[in-house]
Amino acid sequence: MKEKLILIGNGMAGMRTLEELLKLEPEMYDITVFGAEPYPNYNRILLSPVLAGEKTIDDIILNSREWYDENNIELHTDSTISEINRVKRTVVTEAGKEFEYDRLLVATGSNPFIIPVPGHELDGVIGFRDIADVDTMIQSAKDHKKAVVIGGGLLGLEAANGLMLQGMDVTVVHLLDSLMERQLDQPASEMLKASLVEKGLNFLMEAQTAEIVGDQRVEKVKFADGSEVDADLVVMAVGIRPNFELAQKAGLHCERGLVVSDTMQTFDPRIYAVGECVQHRGNTYGLVAPLFEQAKVCANHLAHLGYGRYEGSVTSTKLKVTGIDLFSAGDFSGGEGTEDIVLKDPNGGVYKRLILKDNKLEGAVLYGDTIDGAWYFQLMREGTDVSEIRQQLLFGQAHLGDSGHGGQNSAAAMSDDAQVCDCNGITKGEIVFAISDKGLFTLDDVKSHTKAAASCGSCTGLVEQILESTLGGDYTAPESKPVCKCTDFTHDQVRAAIRDQKLTSIQTVFDTLEWRSSDGCHVCRPALNYYLISSWPEEAVDDPQSRFINERAHGNIQKDGTFSVIPRIWGGKTTPDELRAIADAAEKFDAGEVHITGGQRINLLGIEKEKLPEMWDFLSDRGMVSGHAYGKALRTVKTCVGSTWCRFGTQDSTQMGIDLEKLSWGSWMPHKFKMAVSGCPRNCAEATIKDFGVVAIESGWELHIGGNGGVKVRATDMLCRVTTAEEVEEYAAAFVQVYREEARYLERTAPWVERVGLSYVKERILEDEAGRKALQKRFLISQNIAQNDPWKERAKGESAHEFTPLKVVGAGI
Amino acid sequence: MNDVTNNIEWIEVGKIEDIPKLGSRLIKRAEGDIAVFRNSENEVFALLNRCPHKGGPLSEGIVYGKTVTCPMHNWCIGLNNGEAVAPDEGCAPTYPIKIEGDTVFLSMQPDNGCDK
Repeated sequence: MKEKLILIGNGMAGMRTLEELLKLEPEMYDITVFGAEPYPNYNRILLSPVLAGEKTIDDIILNSREWYDENNIELHTDSTISEINRVKRTVVTEAGKEFEYDRLLVATGSNPFIIPVPGHELDGVIGFRDIADVDTMIQSAKDHKKAVVIGGGLLGLEAANGLMLQGMDVTVVHLLDSLMERQLDQPASEMLKASLVEKGLNFLMEAQTAEIVGDQRVEKVKFADGSEVDADLVVMAVGIRPNFELAQKAGLHCERGLVVSDTMQTFDPRIYAVGECVQHRGNTYGLVAPLFEQAKVCANHLAHLGYGRYEGSVTSTKLKVTGIDLFSAGDFSGGEGTEDIVLKDPNGGVYKRLILKDNKLEGAVLYGDTIDGAWYFQLMREGTDVSEIRQQLLFGQAHLGDSGHGGQNSAAAMSDDAQVCDCNGITKGEIVFAISDKGLFTLDDVKSHTKAAASCGSCTGLVEQILESTLGGDYTAPESKPVCKCTDFTHDQVRAAIRDQKLTSIQTVFDTLEWRSSDGCHVCRPALNYYLISSWPEEAVDDPQSRFINERAHGNIQKDGTFSVIPRIWGGKTTPDELRAIADAAEKFDAGEVHITGGQRINLLGIEKEKLPEMWDFLSDRGMVSGHAYGKALRTVKTCVGSTWCRFGTQDSTQMGIDLEKLSWGSWMPHKFKMAVSGCPRNCAEATIKDFGVVAIESGWELHIGGNGGVKVRATDMLCRVTTAEEVEEYAAAFVQVYREEARYLERTAPWVERVGLSYVKERILEDEAGRKALQKRFLISQNIAQNDPWKERAKGESAHEFTPLKVVGAGI
Repeated sequence: MNDVTNNIEWIEVGKIEDIPKLGSRLIKRAEGDIAVFRNSENEVFALLNRCPHKGGPLSEGIVYGKTVTCPMHNWCIGLNNGEAVAPDEGCAPTYPIKIEGDTVFLSMQPDNGCDK
């Protein structure tokens, strides 16, 4: 017999919890939902666009009645719960019907606060909370002319804007002297007011409502100073009150809201609560992103998983009034120890203020140009040290220079037919359509429905920005993402567990971290395999079945299923004998094409898989080894001829390249890793777009890190100058090792350096000599095991099953 | 059910241990290769070795549960039914497998109505 779960409150927070629960445990509960409104779950945040005539009710329905049926959820609309009986474990409807529960979820949301002035119960005095209110407003706009909105906050301004677009003459009444004072500082507030006045709204500031006058229906609003204004409709939008009356009556502990723990449980552990009705660690929330975070945690506990915790949220605000761009987030009250960076251009309609504390972004207020809102919000949530970028901070992400962010923040300005995902040919319009049509909220949703950002991933930031701009306040980029759908742990958490608990096999990781699927998936297994062999090179056993085919078969799979073979050419320096061996192999094994690669190697394409071991044997006999051109591994070290031949050369860059390649070949990495050594600052080997680049100078060597060509070119950062070749090797080994130990799987050095900061890398490599030497030592230990030529091993018969068919039927092919 | 079973022509393809756990081996034939998979529960499945997306060799994919991920563009294909996992759409023909002792037998007649 299944347990019974009852949800009181058919709104966004409660229903999101059920959706999250169904993802985890679709069969665990018999679920019944009670909603006071006559509609299935709709997107309350989009009531403003409905009022403004930009969307219809149907557009904002999130879960249709069919959805409830499909998921076997019993839905009672128009059905208010009047009592929770905790002893009998039942809920009672207003009509007197009683329903039993084993677990109860309270998501009763909030009520608009109606100021209890005389006349507040007259016809035509409403809040702005639900579809019924919107209907009343749209109806009033047809028969009446004058509207007064009490409250100059987010909700009030959106209501006022909507009523104005419905043709009413609207006056906004605000108690204080500046609008949206909780989200905006004074200057931004002034600019907002000026542009709303220009749109046609009237304002009465510092006006205290004293009385609403009328016979049956409202006629006037009177103020404390004796003045008055005519009104056919009064919308009270002065705030919301968490709706916890029902819970309080049932004896649950309530303060400003229904008090919940980090697991979203009330003081009765069978009763959970999420959404605007709750108070968590002293805070109540009225925006959607925190509610979704709560929903996730609550579902985790309802599914008996028990490891999710809600720790509160940082929130941001966007005003949904078409034509006005406004964004605010964090704390901008200033105060001791804070600094302001301000750009103020009232005539140009732009105001930006960033509040810093201890080199971190504390708050942001943007008006007119909000394109960087998401970026600031991310810096704030992640607590990024901004001291190195503070001079460019105010000008936004696009102005960070060559650090690879260029072009990322153009989401809002892009036209619908602009291509976002260049791998799969997905346009912005298709993404926006999928988001609104299919009700998508997360990056993963967009990836699986549209394929955008699902291939090389370089457009991920852009897709997130499109989500952000399409959903407005509904979308919050997850702070740190789980490895995959098999777990809620992040890459960093998984790696820490492997290291701290000395986990040495994929199965023990699955067991210890309670993986949701018994074999993991194609996303997590390669990552886990890498974390295991890089953390415990001497103990962990490589699992070929958890490697992508290229690494399992030690060649690059091509679109026709054949493989490519790229032998190592140390430092790019070769001999006639080696070239002859390669030429002979190309003929003997029917290479379809011979290609010179960008990394100074020779690529033999179109090799049948079955012929690979024999071909490797042939090359091995002639002294050649695997080039690892197929792996998340050290690829090539590219060089120029250097001082041996070149009249400009200052050092023997070729020998340095060979030495670095002998040092590092065979090592597995989070992603591919390329090096280059140039013999002089002319830099013919292009060392400044490599993961580790060396440029010879008269007095020694200059070391560069974190560069790449590819989709998003990034020039290296200069790490330091050293004088001897031994130092170059020591620093190279230490850098490779810290990257191997700390970067996330599939994170190249460029994004890794940007994430952790150049100063961190310098701290590890330059300032901590003992640490540097320890890193070098760990790298060499790992290399002892890794430096076996995989081609030779397979030529001698290892993994023979990989390269031979199980059976040939008939004549075969 | 028995009638159908009796009409099937079974071909012996090898021992179950010949197929790596969470891996695959190929049956080569002129009409298109068949990939034989073994999962962690020692279940064996057979699919035409062509991803319904762009013909990628499914035998080279990573296997987990009852799914293989194509190495070309990460489509996930159900091993038991040949169906692409939603939201992708398409299917690969599946072939009946019979295990007697530790010997694996295969029939060349696709059985999921996907034999185009």
